[in-house]
Amino acid sequence: MTPASLRPLSRRVLHRVGLSALTVLGAITAAFFALRLVPVDPAFVIAGAGGDAVAITAEVLAAIRKEYHLDEPLVMQYLFYLSRLVQGDMGMSYVQEQPVASLIAEQARPTLALASLACGLAVLLSLAVGILSAGRRRTSAIAGAVELVLASTPVFWIGFLLMLLFTVHWQLFPLLDTGGLRSLILPALTIALPTAAPLAQVLRRSMDDVLEQPFITTARARGLSVLATKLRHGLRHAVIPYLTMAGYSFGALLGGAAITETLFGRPGLGRLLVNAVTRQDMPLVLGLVSLATLAFVVMNLLIDFAYLLIDHRLQTESPQP
Amino acid sequence: MNQTLSLPLDAHGAQHSPSTPSSPHAPAVSAAAGTAPRFSRSRWRLPRAGTVAAALAVAVLLLLLCAVIAPSLLAPGDPLAADRSQLLQPPSLHHPMGTDQIGRDVYTRVVHGARPSILLGLSAVTLSLAVGTVLGLLAGLTQRVVPTVVMRITDIGAAFPELLLAVFIVSLFGSGIFNAAIAIGIAGIPYYTRIVRAETLRVRSASYIEAAQALGLSRAEVVLRHIVPNALRPLIVVATIGLSSATLAGAALSFLGLGNPPPSPEWGAMLTNARNFLSMGWWAAVFPGLAITLFVMSTTWLGRWLQQRSEGRL
Repeated sequence: MTPASLRPLSRRVLHRVGLSALTVLGAITAAFFALRLVPVDPAFVIAGAGGDAVAITAEVLAAIRKEYHLDEPLVMQYLFYLSRLVQGDMGMSYVQEQPVASLIAEQARPTLALASLACGLAVLLSLAVGILSAGRRRTSAIAGAVELVLASTPVFWIGFLLMLLFTVHWQLFPLLDTGGLRSLILPALTIALPTAAPLAQVLRRSMDDVLEQPFITTARARGLSVLATKLRHGLRHAVIPYLTMAGYSFGALLGGAAITETLFGRPGLGRLLVNAVTRQDMPLVLGLVSLATLAFVVMNLLIDFAYLLIDHRLQTESPQP
Repeated sequence: MNQTLSLPLDAHGAQHSPSTPSSPHAPAVSAAAGTAPRFSRSRWRLPRAGTVAAALAVAVLLLLLCAVIAPSLLAPGDPLAADRSQLLQPPSLHHPMGTDQIGRDVYTRVVHGARPSILLGLSAVTLSLAVGTVLGLLAGLTQRVVPTVVMRITDIGAAFPELLLAVFIVSLFGSGIFNAAIAIGIAGIPYYTRIVRAETLRVRSASYIEAAQALGLSRAEVVLRHIVPNALRPLIVVATIGLSSATLAGAALSFLGLGNPPPSPEWGAMLTNARNFLSMGWWAAVFPGLAITLFVMSTTWLGRWLQQRSEGRL
């Protein structure tokens, strides 16, 4: 077997995609069976959600089991779930009488808006702080201390402090969600601040390493300004560790969204997940978890491919010495 | 030594500090080299900022440890006692952190909240560390099938974002502080498995292992006396930093209402409770959050300091 680095590029890409697809399938499978091994009878959850008028009798439970295919063997249920999943059908919610897919589609917009603004802010903040502080001892020290504090602060507490300052004290932003961009800024900032901290840290560390290289001295001697050197040479070398970190934190954003949406009383996927978990709405939990895993894996896959585009050395068939 | 004093609270600032040796042997060396006799800087200078911060972190952790072991020593009151005449009182001498919306003393609750909050993180880290170590050693010491199976399962576990996996596992077991600890513990296993496996592989290929084998030590002896202790050495540092993220995750679960049930005090749950009264009393939200942040910051800082020491950078 040839080592991975010696295989042609196309095969490596295919291999990577295949492996990721298998990982997602494995994750969905694990989640499916885990949810079914729980000693909670889904029929009870469904019957309980149907309203108080229906007495939970054996016949009612049997009817529900038949309707939701819960009476078939577990493996058959699993195959049935998978076959519908590839068509975009994630089953019916146990609690809300709607398909899981449409519930998710409904709530996806506010979360996507929140996530993209948060990512944008995190990138802007970390780039600005990272570039400006790299190579400067005192600025680095201050930025590093702030980053440590931000990375140690719980997301919801940052949200609390922002709310206290900007809605209670200065009343610049609405306390509750009103739908507009104004009510999006504080939640996005709540996610962006702790996300930006490790990003800025990674960026500065790798830029500091680059700035000690001899070619930086050459560039400076050619008359390039400090900022231009950082932008043209430093950034290029810092981009791979930066992207790795960014991919990880952006992929994990749904967890942060659950907290932020609960805190700010916003609708969205995160809140949908928390509600589904507390009400034991298993198909909805499964759907959301599968979706989040898919997003996480795809994000990391995209970052891997971005390396190939950015660093041409990785494309060559033989590894660099 | 101006730089030393102005050194940051941050670890890598210390990295750039001038290369004056700080080991006790250094002055002897420079004297032997015949430099002009002068005031020995390395002996008399103030301790480095990093060391001071580490000492501060230890002090905070000791205080919190006291709150975990004997909360009544720091706050003799009852964390559940509600005084209807003292609703949402601002901080005062009598209530140093104010009172919450049903008149409970926030300071007493913050102190008594240390035990569930910190034990949650601690037990979660212990669980992920124990299982992760076993799996990582298993994958690192065996060949062919076992490592492939272990690492594929680990990949699947790592495909879930950690907090999401914890929420998912809570949905299986139900909420509660014990289940939250298990959930966060399980969610952390893939991370530790990967680290332990990587360390085991690194140590296995080290030349001193070859030497031990050449000396005729049995396989079991090599593994138990050389590979395992060396592969597990970095774990102390990793687990220290892991404790901070596990505590954060625990507070997050409690905040979402999936961890510690009310009314018993827990930092994350106290914040949920304060959420609806934010405009009437900032103190009920600020102090529990401050406690979490202080704890997490101290552990993170201590972890980094240990890491730098172990790498010989301090």
